[in-house]
Amino acid sequence: MLTVAATKRRGSFALEVAFELPTPGVVALFGRSGCGKSTLVNIIAGLLPPDAGRVALDDVVWVDTGQRLHMPAERRGVGYVFQDARLFPHLSVMGNLRYARKRAADQVFVDLDAVVDLLDLRSLLSRRTHRLSGGERQRVAIGRALLTQPRLLLLDEPLAALDAGRRDEVLPYLEMLRDHLALPMVYVTHRFDEVLRLATHLVLMQDGAVLAQGSIGAMSLDPRLRSIIGRDEVGAIIDGRVLGMDSTSGLTRVQVGRGELNVQYSGLAAGTALRVQLLARDIIVSTRPPQHLSVRNSLEGLVTHVQDDGDSDLVSIDIGNRLIMSRITKAATRELELRPGMRVWALVKSVSLRGYSWSAPRLLEPRT
Amino acid sequence: MWLTSSESEALSLSLAVATRSVILSLPPAVLFAWLLTRPRFLGRTLLDALVHLPLVLPPVVVGYLLLLLFGNRGALGLWLRDALGIELAFSRNGAALATAVMSFPLMVRAMRISLENVDRGLEEAARTLGAGALDRFVSITLPLMLPGILAGGITAFAAALGEFGAVITFVSNIPGETRTLPLALYTALQSPGGDHVAARLASLSLLLGVGGLLLSEWLARRVRRLLGR
Repeated sequence: MLTVAATKRRGSFALEVAFELPTPGVVALFGRSGCGKSTLVNIIAGLLPPDAGRVALDDVVWVDTGQRLHMPAERRGVGYVFQDARLFPHLSVMGNLRYARKRAADQVFVDLDAVVDLLDLRSLLSRRTHRLSGGERQRVAIGRALLTQPRLLLLDEPLAALDAGRRDEVLPYLEMLRDHLALPMVYVTHRFDEVLRLATHLVLMQDGAVLAQGSIGAMSLDPRLRSIIGRDEVGAIIDGRVLGMDSTSGLTRVQVGRGELNVQYSGLAAGTALRVQLLARDIIVSTRPPQHLSVRNSLEGLVTHVQDDGDSDLVSIDIGNRLIMSRITKAATRELELRPGMRVWALVKSVSLRGYSWSAPRLLEPRT
Repeated sequence: MWLTSSESEALSLSLAVATRSVILSLPPAVLFAWLLTRPRFLGRTLLDALVHLPLVLPPVVVGYLLLLLFGNRGALGLWLRDALGIELAFSRNGAALATAVMSFPLMVRAMRISLENVDRGLEEAARTLGAGALDRFVSITLPLMLPGILAGGITAFAAALGEFGAVITFVSNIPGETRTLPLALYTALQSPGGDHVAARLASLSLLLGVGGLLLSEWLARRVRRLLGR
């Protein structure tokens, strides 16, 4: 459990946050640029003292201003991956890795060889850091942070300085870290697609305050997220499970809630965890079992509530311990007489796979 | 050799004095460069002015002050002689001290510029990797300010070779002990028929200066490449 309560003033900007996060897992600190995400991460790392507050990981207290306690950053055992990598220019890649290993705590959970293999650094080891591409720099920076044998890994917009191609090159490594190391991570970003791919938990920040927080599934339906990502990006994020391949259609069957989706994707073993995103604008609501339609995916459920969202309504539907959301017009709400408790069928026009397991990070359009 | 014995004596003495002077002032120059760049403290401006004082004072005044402090009757001079057995007055060590004081501001200035260019973010990164304050300074800051240390050292060395006023005031003009190149040049000009010797010594100084410049340029390039810039 990572406990953070902190206030910090810097000129006209004020940060005031308090939250508790489960560990392990990947917590995304998400919000627009300038909302205080980086300030908060620096407070957790110990690079910035809070004006007041308390920071603790499990039972180790790092900061408690009430007791005048402030553990220096170098003793916290926190790995930090900076946006600009911050590799030491006077050392080679190997020199950078050794720098961290030499100063690490005795307890070793990843050794140099393991890190080199995990991040495919073998061919880079003798290189000077200025001869690396942006993506390679970040991989080395991640490896260097891991070699400090951290109890917590902080990543401050590690992909923000990279172009799209480089981002896609580094993202799978981050997913692999999440799936293969039991290491709690705090991931700062202002890009929702990165949150979708990596986070298990979401802290939404705005103007120096925590707007909302919760598991990624619950937060995906939170109306406060809408103000930041925009109304078209709203939709349920569900961690489903591959049931197997349908031999006649060649589609992969994925269980979500009590229902089942068929997606055009092959090569996934039954049992693989898979994250899907069902955008509210891609879901049609029917009050009768659908027939004679081109849409192949439908999920049966109960309406839990209908909320007003400006010029349209958002309908929440329980599909069996999971909620999904559909955006429909106000006229449709009236004519279908939608109300809580009503049985409906959600027709899914398109599913985005946000691969949960290491092998499946790809966005694709399913058959409709 | 194509140098006369007194010429080579002046040359080797100059080199010896300048070398000692640079070695003597390097560590405190790094310290002062750091003090004047990084921590904010009361009296920093005053310290800054103090360090730069030799730049604005007439060298003769500096020599005179050194004489008062480190001369045979000066408090520090007496202590150094009695406690450590170091004789500064009228010795080449004294000449080294005089040149060190005179070239100190140049050295500090070069180092400061270089230290200001060291990315604080790299020191922060080192912190998160478990490096304490001294460790960070030695393993990150010092190597990254190496260009400034080199530039400062070379500038100070060149200035030390040419220092005249403070040296002649503090340690006088003793052949073989304190008569460095500029002092030898001055002496030659003072003696009848010494024009020829003076011209030769002046050419020698010129040669040294140009050589030093080329060397420092070459070194700076190598270090920059080493640091990946």
